[in-house]
Amino acid sequence: MNRTLYGNLIFELSKKGRKGYSLPQDYDRTHTTAELPEALRRKEAARLPECDELTVVRHYTNLSHNNFGVNDGFYPLGSCTMKYNPVINEEIAGLKAFAGLHPLQPAVTCQGALEVYYNLQESLAELAGLSEFTLNPCAGAHGELTGLMVIRAYHEAQGNKRTKVLIPDSAHGTNPASAAVCGLEVVEVKSLADGTVDVEHLRQLLDEMGEQVAAMMMTNPNTLGIFEPHVLEITEMVHKAGGLMYYDGANLNALLGECRPGDMGFDVMHINLHKTFSTPHGGGGPGSGPVGVRKGLEQFLPTPRVKKVVVNYDSESEPSEWEGFMIDWGTDTALGSVGNFFGNFGVMLKAYAYILSLGSENIKQVGPLATLNANYIKERLKDDYLLPIKGLCKHEVVFDGLKDKSTGVTTMDVAKRLLDYGYHAPTIYFPLLFHESLMIEPTENESKETIDAFIDVMHKIAEEAKTDPELVKTAPHNTPIGRVDDVLAAKQPVTTYWKALENK
Amino acid sequence: MAKFMEGLRYSESHEYIRVEGEYGYIGISDYAQHALGNVVYVDMPDVDDEVTAGEEFGAVESVKAASDLISPVSGTVVEVNEALEDKPELLNEDAFANWIIKVQLSDPSELDALMDVEAYKEHCKE
Repeated sequence: MNRTLYGNLIFELSKKGRKGYSLPQDYDRTHTTAELPEALRRKEAARLPECDELTVVRHYTNLSHNNFGVNDGFYPLGSCTMKYNPVINEEIAGLKAFAGLHPLQPAVTCQGALEVYYNLQESLAELAGLSEFTLNPCAGAHGELTGLMVIRAYHEAQGNKRTKVLIPDSAHGTNPASAAVCGLEVVEVKSLADGTVDVEHLRQLLDEMGEQVAAMMMTNPNTLGIFEPHVLEITEMVHKAGGLMYYDGANLNALLGECRPGDMGFDVMHINLHKTFSTPHGGGGPGSGPVGVRKGLEQFLPTPRVKKVVVNYDSESEPSEWEGFMIDWGTDTALGSVGNFFGNFGVMLKAYAYILSLGSENIKQVGPLATLNANYIKERLKDDYLLPIKGLCKHEVVFDGLKDKSTGVTTMDVAKRLLDYGYHAPTIYFPLLFHESLMIEPTENESKETIDAFIDVMHKIAEEAKTDPELVKTAPHNTPIGRVDDVLAAKQPVTTYWKALENK
Repeated sequence: MAKFMEGLRYSESHEYIRVEGEYGYIGISDYAQHALGNVVYVDMPDVDDEVTAGEEFGAVESVKAASDLISPVSGTVVEVNEALEDKPELLNEDAFANWIIKVQLSDPSELDALMDVEAYKEHCKE
């Protein structure tokens, strides 16, 4: 992109009175606001940019060239499972018969869509080892909140006053946030030096406050990519104290096809379809956070839900059977609605397409291949990057910055330098257990050649840190925007374009 | 290298307290500000708020992460360091000179559970 020609804000390109349309002379410009009360009417024109169509198209086309996605290159953003979104997913979701559906049309007119919806609920339940799923939550954290609401409803139905949620100190930040939003109180469980849950500390907490514990939330493998070796003991301890176990499905990709949260004793979980099931992520979303429960908790799930029905009827000659799908809009025990209608149906179509594309045999390779890729990177980088936790990791590996700390080159610098080489940066400064966390998640999609090339660049940066530390500390050099001042951005953010223009 | 200061009591979560009579000045250690990096915001309680030993009383936000402030003692907030509202970077410049809150201690015996500077140095090495 030519920054001199095309590096402006759309507001800088604006010329008063310029437009990309023409309307009839006698067009009444006031009729759209005639019904609005005087107090709500705008007194002066909105300061919207005024441009011709070609300028607008060029502006956004050039901006789009600055984007970086999985389709552009390797995207090892730890904890986010940035896997490839297969093209067939988009084709299926774009079919007119799906894209043209209305959420209020009668169930009898959209049996195919309901069948997909139902089958996805069933597929997720089978992959998770749980009884039933709701697909309504629209994001991972939305799923967490919904799952905790199910847990709260369960305890209330039992007449229990349980308000505390145990959360390991290594957890995703959304866990304590979801618990707080749900009106529950967070109690932190300590980690051992190897990053796994301190079972003795958990025991102590359960002894102290077991009767008040509503649930424990866990991510397994945890945020360090380590499989919790005592997970069975932990779920048993919490169950014995009367609490439920919540599984944060953010890291489910590591286990897909190998083992199931339900079999580990988890009662409630969410799945990020936009991670494990290959649907678009981040700005390309929307997300989807289905919530599953074990047997006995189904009645608390939110509505509406899609159910399979078999109707027997007697025709004139012989008894017949009709199998189909219906919408359950609500029951006495259900949570009610957690969003608009059924959640993000387009995302579900893509996830279901992914599951069927892989099939029951290939899907078993997802977790093992993701794990193999992460461990290969770990072993090949551990001489240059500090590996705080030895041994096998699962789908992602966490380094504590460069091994040679004498150069003064930080994890931030390494991440910025990676941009120069055409890679998306890994996740940095998370998890908080280390000062210089650098978290790499390759996913199962990447070939050995791609991973080798990335490893070579990581070695090269480690070398640069020794021979030319300033080069790394001032990176990136090859991107449209150089090193940003993140202190200034945090302290004095400019959030209005007019202010940005006035300061120019 | 992080600096350590004699005569203060330290908590495992890297807060210090400087005791003067019935009052204590609570802040974060130099080690903590190093680990956090550039501090961009300090969330402080109000005067007259109660704080409890081992519980959160505010947060420090840096370009890397937001970190809860855990009170090393119980008591009542009698003053907050208002200079930090506009200049949170004072914590990076001198974490020991720039305390965050001044507390009237309700149970001075809680100080015994905190570390002296030697024990705290060891704690930071772990």
